[in-house]
Amino acid sequence: MLSEQLKRFREPQLAKETIVKVKKSLQALQTYQGHKAIFMEFCGTHTAAFSRTGLRQELKEYVTLLSGPGCPVCVTSAQDVDRIIAFSQIPQAIIATFGDMVKVRGSEMTLQEAKACGSDVRIVYSSLEALEIARENRERPVIFIAVGFETTTPTAALTLTKAIEEGIDNLFLYSLHKATAPALKALLHSELTTTDKRSTNIDGIILPGHVAIITGRKCWDFVVQESKIQATISGFEALDLLLALEDLTQGIMNQHDQVGNAYGRAVSEAGNIVAQQAMEQIFELQGGDWRGLGSIPQSSYKLKKEYAAHDAEKAFTLPALPESKGSSCQCGDILKGIKTPLQCPLFAKSCDPVHPQGPCMVSHEGTCATYYKYERKL
Amino acid sequence: MCLAAPSQITHIEEGGFMAEVESFGNKRRVALIMVPTAKVGDYVLVHAGYAIQILDEEEAKESLRLWEEILCSQNS
Ligand code: SF4
Repeated sequence: MLSEQLKRFREPQLAKETIVKVKKSLQALQTYQGHKAIFMEFCGTHTAAFSRTGLRQELKEYVTLLSGPGCPVCVTSAQDVDRIIAFSQIPQAIIATFGDMVKVRGSEMTLQEAKACGSDVRIVYSSLEALEIARENRERPVIFIAVGFETTTPTAALTLTKAIEEGIDNLFLYSLHKATAPALKALLHSELTTTDKRSTNIDGIILPGHVAIITGRKCWDFVVQESKIQATISGFEALDLLLALEDLTQGIMNQHDQVGNAYGRAVSEAGNIVAQQAMEQIFELQGGDWRGLGSIPQSSYKLKKEYAAHDAEKAFTLPALPESKGSSCQCGDILKGIKTPLQCPLFAKSCDPVHPQGPCMVSHEGTCATYYKYERKL
Repeated sequence: MCLAAPSQITHIEEGGFMAEVESFGNKRRVALIMVPTAKVGDYVLVHAGYAIQILDEEEAKESLRLWEEILCSQNS
């Protein structure tokens, strides 16, 4: 039975035995490379999983695990947050958004504060709930703040397709969906050119498992082939993470020329074709702003011209946006793996999950929130 | 946000767009359109209200088998 096998991925005994093996492999890698390995987990869910399972601490003498830019809320720029708040000021508008987004501060306020001032902001778990709100409020514009990577983008595409089929013309998308591969390329490029900022290069990358469900494994081979850095796709249970670390280690020592797949039960070579087609139907890639990484070409999914009637950016003229102010939040460097939260002077002082100063402390998958919960020295 | 929990399909609604799934005793409705070949009893990963993938039993077995092999070779 599959359910029995799925349970085994969580078995503590199997994980314990595996840790011993992985430590040996990482030691061998250290001898091979001449230094302790530095791996980056791209995905925020992996950042949380490494901390929650205790593996980051358990393995810290054997490998440095850095966190990357893989939290969609965290990489949303302050200016885009300002636009979301401006959308919430449109008369009669209902804003539908995922929970984390309401607490992220723009230049002047958060969506939560806009709500307290009278904006109609509703938290949803799925774009389908935004569609439901639009069905029930046909006379009002419902703007769905579409945030996420490739895992989420097709869900918004399919919901919009359904809205169009049903003739629901009051559902609008403000698409902040982002593509992960161009960001990883940009990060690796900056990593290769600004090594002075970090003491050592990254030796391996743990690739986002749920993004890869959609994109497939093979589209990631560019990481190994262009950047000459090993990479492996991982799942999210303790055993998955250990399998990925082992695979990455073997990949480096045996100089594999392909990206590894340590999440075979979910990730196929070609990915989810229905999802890919839905994305292509509705969205096209344009340049996009990432907090910390700056502007990255072809990294942002925007609605195609044909869907302008449902594109919040085309359908509404926004009031003037506030001037962006400087902030001492270090999320930018944290998203690039240059700093850890422990190096931010505000961490656990004026910045905590109740009073977050930056998005990395807001999102459950944010590196600062994860470190606050699991890695803080009390 | 990226948490994709494994859930078992218990019922497929007429038309096939939505299905009922169960995960750790919790039931909820999810969209099934992204996994058109899914059937009742399959385990799927769910993200943002949509089933995004059917979990592959053979691959799950294969990972566990490979792993046990590695562990055995190390212990022997
Ligand atoms: S601890 Fe707070 S202020 Fe510092 S980088 Fe993280 S979110 Fe920004």
